[in-house]
Amino acid sequence: MADHSSPAEIDRQVKIYILVFVSLMALTIVTVAVSRFHLPTAQAVAVALTVAVVKGGLVAGYFMHLVSERRLIYWVLGLTAAFFFAVLLLPLWGQWDPIRILTP
Amino acid sequence: METTATAATPAHPTGEPAHGHEHPELGFWRKYVFSTDHKVIGIWYAVTGLTFLFFGFCLVMMMRWQLAFPGRPLPLIGALFGEARMPGGSMLPEFYNELGAMHGTIMVFMGVVPLAVGGFGNFVLPLQIGAPDMAFPRINLASYWSYFIGGVVMFGSFFVPGGAAQSGWTSYAPLSVIAGQGQTLWLVGMIFLITSSLLGSINFIVTTIQLRAPGLSWFRLPFFVWAQFVTSFLLLLAFPPLEAAGILQLMDRVAGTSFFMPSGLVVSGQIVEWTGGGNPLLWQHLFWFLAHPEVYVLVLPALGIVAEVIANNTRKPLFGYRIMVYSLVFLGFMSFVVWAHHMFFTGMGTTMAAFFQATTMIISIPSVAILTSLIISLWGGSIRFNTPMLFALAFLPMFGIGGLTGLPLGLAAADIPLHDTYYVIGHFHYVVAPGTLFALFAGIYYWFPKATGRRMSERLGKIHFWPSLVFINGIFFPMFIQGLAGVSRRLYDGGAAYDFAQPVLHWNVFMSFSAWGLALAQIPFVFNFFRSIRHGEKVGDNPWQATTLEWAAPSPPPHGNFTSPPTAHRDPYDYSLPGAASDHTPQWAS
Amino acid sequence: MEIPYTVAERPDTGLNNGKIGIWLFLASEVMLFGALFASYLMMRVGAAEWPRGDSILNVPLATLNTVVLISSSVTMVMAWASLKRKDFAKFRLFMGGTVLLGFGFLVIKYIEYSAKFHHDLYPSTSTFLAIYFTLTGLHGLHVVGGMAVNAYFWGPGAKLWRTDPEHFTNRVEHSGLFWHFVDLVWIFLFPVLYLL
Repeated sequence: MADHSSPAEIDRQVKIYILVFVSLMALTIVTVAVSRFHLPTAQAVAVALTVAVVKGGLVAGYFMHLVSERRLIYWVLGLTAAFFFAVLLLPLWGQWDPIRILTP
Repeated sequence: METTATAATPAHPTGEPAHGHEHPELGFWRKYVFSTDHKVIGIWYAVTGLTFLFFGFCLVMMMRWQLAFPGRPLPLIGALFGEARMPGGSMLPEFYNELGAMHGTIMVFMGVVPLAVGGFGNFVLPLQIGAPDMAFPRINLASYWSYFIGGVVMFGSFFVPGGAAQSGWTSYAPLSVIAGQGQTLWLVGMIFLITSSLLGSINFIVTTIQLRAPGLSWFRLPFFVWAQFVTSFLLLLAFPPLEAAGILQLMDRVAGTSFFMPSGLVVSGQIVEWTGGGNPLLWQHLFWFLAHPEVYVLVLPALGIVAEVIANNTRKPLFGYRIMVYSLVFLGFMSFVVWAHHMFFTGMGTTMAAFFQATTMIISIPSVAILTSLIISLWGGSIRFNTPMLFALAFLPMFGIGGLTGLPLGLAAADIPLHDTYYVIGHFHYVVAPGTLFALFAGIYYWFPKATGRRMSERLGKIHFWPSLVFINGIFFPMFIQGLAGVSRRLYDGGAAYDFAQPVLHWNVFMSFSAWGLALAQIPFVFNFFRSIRHGEKVGDNPWQATTLEWAAPSPPPHGNFTSPPTAHRDPYDYSLPGAASDHTPQWAS
Repeated sequence: MEIPYTVAERPDTGLNNGKIGIWLFLASEVMLFGALFASYLMMRVGAAEWPRGDSILNVPLATLNTVVLISSSVTMVMAWASLKRKDFAKFRLFMGGTVLLGFGFLVIKYIEYSAKFHHDLYPSTSTFLAIYFTLTGLHGLHVVGGMAVNAYFWGPGAKLWRTDPEHFTNRVEHSGLFWHFVDLVWIFLFPVLYLL
């Protein structure tokens, strides 16, 4: 990030960091509060994961500077994301679609 | 993670001890042992890898005695193994399993990959891209020592009560979870080996991206560099799930968790003490998520070496370079989504089986594209039949047999009679032994002059090559016959207890003698290797009249590699360029 | 010969070596934790019954830990920003704060674990606890590792600021990336284990 070295630019970024911090705190409160309602599993999962993805996106995007990163890094992360979902989801397939023994 | 190279004179490479975070600081540094120079580290990887290959070979030679002559005492050395493993010199089934599990583990993780990637990759890659060293020399050193420690742990596991791991190189649960101490050391050893691979792969990727010499665009890279680059991505992204699985299995063994332990497990009439609720298949998924890309890690560097040697010894550019590169990248990507073809009979439904069968069939396409391009590259060439070329040429049909025999295994229905038989063992050994190993031999003969400034003897090279080719086929071809007859793998008596195996049992003797013959055939190689270091014919910078950048450096290259930074002006294989003065126009020639 | 692009960016990629290196490392970490989350899913989907996180685990403590870790991410990025502003004293302050907050996270973790053990709740007790201890334990080890690196840059490693401030700033940035990643993992761990 050598090109973002002017003091004004850093000051602008610091303001963003504070904003992100406040958002993260707020979202933390939200996610804990929602969990108190004991929603049915599917909805609970949807809410919790959505909040987590937003929080994670803020950390990755602003603290880790991904919003202004180079294409090479995006490619590496894109590839990683593909394989992440492969390892996360494909093993479950065997649970959901087991072999069925057909009786004659 | 970054470093700066310390200034050095060519005659005195300097090095600094590694400051890896996970390992104790080395108290003193030595110029050639703890060097951060990629060439020194590459040689250490190669020598250590070759040593483990030899050790792993010894393990299987003992197994082959048992298979040829079940129950017969092993002459001379049988007594050395004690009553616990070989009472009266006669091998116990548990010891057979130990030898089998460790043979596989050592050959794959401590032999072939360290030699192919750690050895060849480290030594050749920076030279071929015109770089002074790897991007992170100290991390490079750390990766070697992590490998070394992992190797020591694995070797040491033979000496604990109960012996080394004996649940297959695949360490399937629940057997591996209830097994003796050796399995714990296997897991610990694997964690060190995986750490080594991760550090190494980061280094290779950054080096290739960032340290290419001026003029060396991506499509001017030698195919060897592309092969190592894709291999590094496989290691980077596929190993961590096995590391996770290793941690989980350690937790099961040491902390009594039940990640892989199913409920209600009974062993020898006793209910086990684990609470259960776990899933043995989870281990299989996480293991094979790594182990399938791992087999491409075993093969890709070999394809890279063969490509270099073939281009050089046909005196013409490689056919289909671009197709080969695209195939390599596509193959690397696909390798992550085929793994469950190792698990067709674990109870998955037909849709899931169809998916993995389809991806497996698709992945054969880029492999065939690469092999075909290499074969077509021979057409119209002025072929020089030196030792590296002999091994590279032999690689082609051998890898072809290995690849073709993989096809029925990848088809779920055809896999039914073949799964877990000797057919599988024949298939994967063909790709790795007369496949990769032959390519590695080609690489040793080819780059030995660069590393040492001397040639290996051609005569001894041929004496090494021909018997090796004959014997190696003698070992592995009959495995297809036995497999098709239904002989299961991992049987300590080689199938002798089964009626259906009787007609094919005699092959065991033939295969065993072939194995011992193969061992004898390596003697000229070992002799040649060590003798040539001091007494081989001296050579200059470019004894093979090659075109790629490593041949611009002195033989051997000094610390920093190039006396002045090279520039690439052309494609990697400009052999027999029309109108050129000689039959090779190096990349650095303007 | 010097290794090029250790500090300066290579023109065609726009990156220095260390930046790519750390992101590659983080990619491997994504796969590591991904496999563990996959294991969590396999365990949960395959279980006849699975306890709600808040019925066994201490949500208030973990919420506090979440606040602690997120705060440490802010102090981490502020430490880097201070270096970009050439304010070494502020860097020291913020980096020190990051290490202390990391330590705080571990203390709270210790309290949580001790309470579990005190109630005879061990990894071997159930698959829920097994995956809870393993996931949070491995995450905790990463916190320790990150703290060690951060402490190094706060302490002895800070010498580099005097000889090569740009290099030092980059190293702190890369260390920060690792630290943010540790925070990122917790952002997912917390709801998955404690709230669902």
